[in-house]
Amino acid sequence: MSVNVRIPTILRTYTGGRAEVSAEGATLSEVISDLEKNHTGIAARVLDDQGRLRRFVNVYVNDDDVRFEQGLETATPDGAGVSIIPAVAGG
Amino acid sequence: MAVQTVASTTDSATANAVDLGPATALSCRECGHRVPLGPVFACEECFGPLEIAYDFSAHDTEELRKRIEAGPANIWRYAPLLPVPADVAAKPNLNPGWTKLVQADNLARELGVTGGLYVKDDSGNPTHSFKDRVVAQALEAARAFGFTTLSCSSTGNLAGAVGAAAARAGFRSCVFIPHDLEQGKVVMAAVYGGELVGIEGNYDDVNRFCSELIGDPAGEGWGFVNVNLRPYYAEGSKTLAYEICEQLGWRLPDQLVVPIASGSQLTKIDKGLQELIRLGLVEDRPYKIFGAQAEGCSPVSTAYKAGHDVVRPQKPDTIAKSLAIGNPADGPYVLDIARRTGGAVEDVTDEQIVDAIKLLARTEGIFAETAGGVTVGVTKKLLESGALDPSLTTVVLNTGDGLKTLDAVAGTGLTATIRPSLESFREAGLV
Repeated sequence: MSVNVRIPTILRTYTGGRAEVSAEGATLSEVISDLEKNHTGIAARVLDDQGRLRRFVNVYVNDDDVRFEQGLETATPDGAGVSIIPAVAGG
Repeated sequence: MAVQTVASTTDSATANAVDLGPATALSCRECGHRVPLGPVFACEECFGPLEIAYDFSAHDTEELRKRIEAGPANIWRYAPLLPVPADVAAKPNLNPGWTKLVQADNLARELGVTGGLYVKDDSGNPTHSFKDRVVAQALEAARAFGFTTLSCSSTGNLAGAVGAAAARAGFRSCVFIPHDLEQGKVVMAAVYGGELVGIEGNYDDVNRFCSELIGDPAGEGWGFVNVNLRPYYAEGSKTLAYEICEQLGWRLPDQLVVPIASGSQLTKIDKGLQELIRLGLVEDRPYKIFGAQAEGCSPVSTAYKAGHDVVRPQKPDTIAKSLAIGNPADGPYVLDIARRTGGAVEDVTDEQIVDAIKLLARTEGIFAETAGGVTVGVTKKLLESGALDPSLTTVVLNTGDGLKTLDAVAGTGLTATIRPSLESFREAGLV
């Protein structure tokens, strides 16, 4: 399963400045592991010491916030778009 | 310096090229990592929110108090405590703040409050909501960083505040809102002449879109007041704390009831109170902060009641659209503050919100928007449950004008329709 991952500015030091990269995996967890293989250090920025999504990171698979889905076990179908976004708010 | 790259990780947090007054650096609220002042909002180490760090060491308490009291009747009287240049009052901006602290004796009687009840009525700001305070800070940061376009994701009030501030300051504006906002808020955002874009989705979808735009070349050179300028923007809410205390005679209130959307306002009010204590401007004594949400968007209240320290996002469904943020970034901090100060977080139904809007209007002549209905409704509920002590000085925030959310009270109308005659007037039973 190949997906496109949108990388926030804050993590582009790990992707050589690229805003979008490809990754493999059937679940978000596998996608992050694959990202780490090719962009060493990126997983530790997205996951905490217990391997959970950091609380100020939002991840979307297509248009769905994974916190409303199965978290790191959310399925990532072939061709899906994964967006990693720092949490901000204030309307 | 209109760039959106991550600030350098150098330890030279003092090497700022910009003049933002007492602000010295950006510091991560989660891990303490510091970076120089810049248009960045998330920590590159842990994604935590960046906050302004200050150097207030030069202030003498009594000199500072005199300087504030001699300052203009707007937020710039507190310029020495904000991330703005010393000459900020001379620059074109909306000069918000110094809104009324209304002694709400009629409401107090109705609710059984004996210790003094006050409404901080921020509908008196230039665009009729507290958002003018935060936008004014972001505008100064935008000037400092060389941005020429102001933007934001908004539930409505912020869109109007950004449009107006941009018009006054000579910036272009392009703001993003959920497509189904109240008509009053749409008009109040559009009238200032900037671009207003409706996004098919809720506020959280709008926010996500803006976060992606900011990392794209299409958003280059844009100052998103509540995204890449957020550390500066958020500081504006401290002025609510400063004003409340000064208007009470440089005294902390015992209890505050504050609405929660992202949680930023409540968090910064607490920060403002702590700064006043540290600066010696108020006596250091306990205060309690209570958070207020609508039941239809109550992720923080739900977490509080469950004893959790993390907030599970919700899909909003409430008439209080200005508070309809289902994934509140500062929610965990609100939980910390409510628990640390001995406060609480509570929610009210849409029906209770409408009743509270009418109660405040009927007793004090203040027409609040739905967020004000939430705070007054929660105040009533907390008094009934005993969580709020009626014998203590209590301040309730009204953050916006009821004219923006007329739909909420659309059922309110004529008492009677009569012919233009005294007879008809008597027949209607009005005398």
